[in-house]
Amino acid sequence: MTAAAQAGSALAADCTPCHDCGLLCRLPAHGAAAPLCPRCGAEVHARKPRSLERTWAWWTAAAICYLPANLLPIMKVTSLGRGQADTIMSGVVYLLVHGMWPLAIVVFTASVFVPLLKLLILLGLLLSVHRRSSWRPVDRTRLYRITEAIGRWSMVDIFVVTILVALVRLGNLATVEAQTGAVFFGAVVVLTMLAAESFDPRLIWDRSEGKPT
Amino acid sequence: MPLAACHDCDLLCRIAAVPEGGRALCGRCGGVLRRRQRNSIERTLALTIAASVLFAVANVFPFLSFEMRGRITETTLATGVVDLWDQGVGEIAVLVGFTAIVAPLVQLALLLYVLLPVHLGRVPWQMPRLFRLLRHVQPWSMMEVFLVGILVAVTKLVDMAEVVPGLALWAFGGLIVVLAGALASLDPEAVWERIEVRR
Repeated sequence: MTAAAQAGSALAADCTPCHDCGLLCRLPAHGAAAPLCPRCGAEVHARKPRSLERTWAWWTAAAICYLPANLLPIMKVTSLGRGQADTIMSGVVYLLVHGMWPLAIVVFTASVFVPLLKLLILLGLLLSVHRRSSWRPVDRTRLYRITEAIGRWSMVDIFVVTILVALVRLGNLATVEAQTGAVFFGAVVVLTMLAAESFDPRLIWDRSEGKPT
Repeated sequence: MPLAACHDCDLLCRIAAVPEGGRALCGRCGGVLRRRQRNSIERTLALTIAASVLFAVANVFPFLSFEMRGRITETTLATGVVDLWDQGVGEIAVLVGFTAIVAPLVQLALLLYVLLPVHLGRVPWQMPRLFRLLRHVQPWSMMEVFLVGILVAVTKLVDMAEVVPGLALWAFGGLIVVLAGALASLDPEAVWERIEVRR
């Protein structure tokens, strides 16, 4: 373990909670293989293995997909021979123009605001851990919990496309087709969820006061 | 007093007896250390059985039908996924199929598989591994998000044609409430404690 354990932490007492069942497990001497949790059999790690590397990898992949997800059309509506491609943003604008602003707010929050917020929070957390920042660890931990909780809601737009595709298939009269933007958008949701899952919030605390070893 | 460590900040804490319906929080970061529920296992089991019935209804019957100039289309959860696959966006079909059908199904099946024998005083085969799997499936089960998706889609369509909610939609609404209740009343620590006694 490269991070210095903080006084009062489980790591300083050579134990750690099992990530799966929460049982407090004793850690072996340095260099020994990861032990198994005596209660549930999961591998026990003091910190998520290679947490920063994996989080950076998922984060970068998500950031790359973010632009095409928002610029490419996510679906194409064909009605009586006229086709119209919709991006995430034009879907929000459509709802606004038609006076459905509560729904426009829901879609804007879930599809535009939440993914961007997640990417920015995770970037901030990653950088703060790398810089061994001691800035407000409680609030940073809270930000992490928010990131974990809100990620799933970005799936709303993917589900909307699915339902429209399934319902509106009336041949020449009206059809809805899913487009490439939806694939990228789905990728952003999944990749940011994986990035949040890989990040270990305990690193915020290890590095905020601990000295590098 | 038993020791526990916070999952979010690693603080080692002593937990005093947690009252039923109460919870223990980490003194440093506010993370939840333990949440105790009254009759956790039985309550979760009851709600899971109810949720399984509603899940079956929600998947068998059409949840929306759509009428435009005399032509009617109906859709179930599965047909939506198949249509996406046919349109060549298989990635989305797999994602939707997994988050709206497979993950909730696995989640309910695992809850039943673990809790029913535990309630009857037995330890199910491979219980630790499968109970762990449940924790990993949970974030990918997104039925409540799907319901919001239905709401948005219907609002977009009402101008164009008539949309009639089907039986599955009501089942779906009920399912989300019941499942949320089941997950809120599940206290994994209580399950482990009951099993520890049996071993």
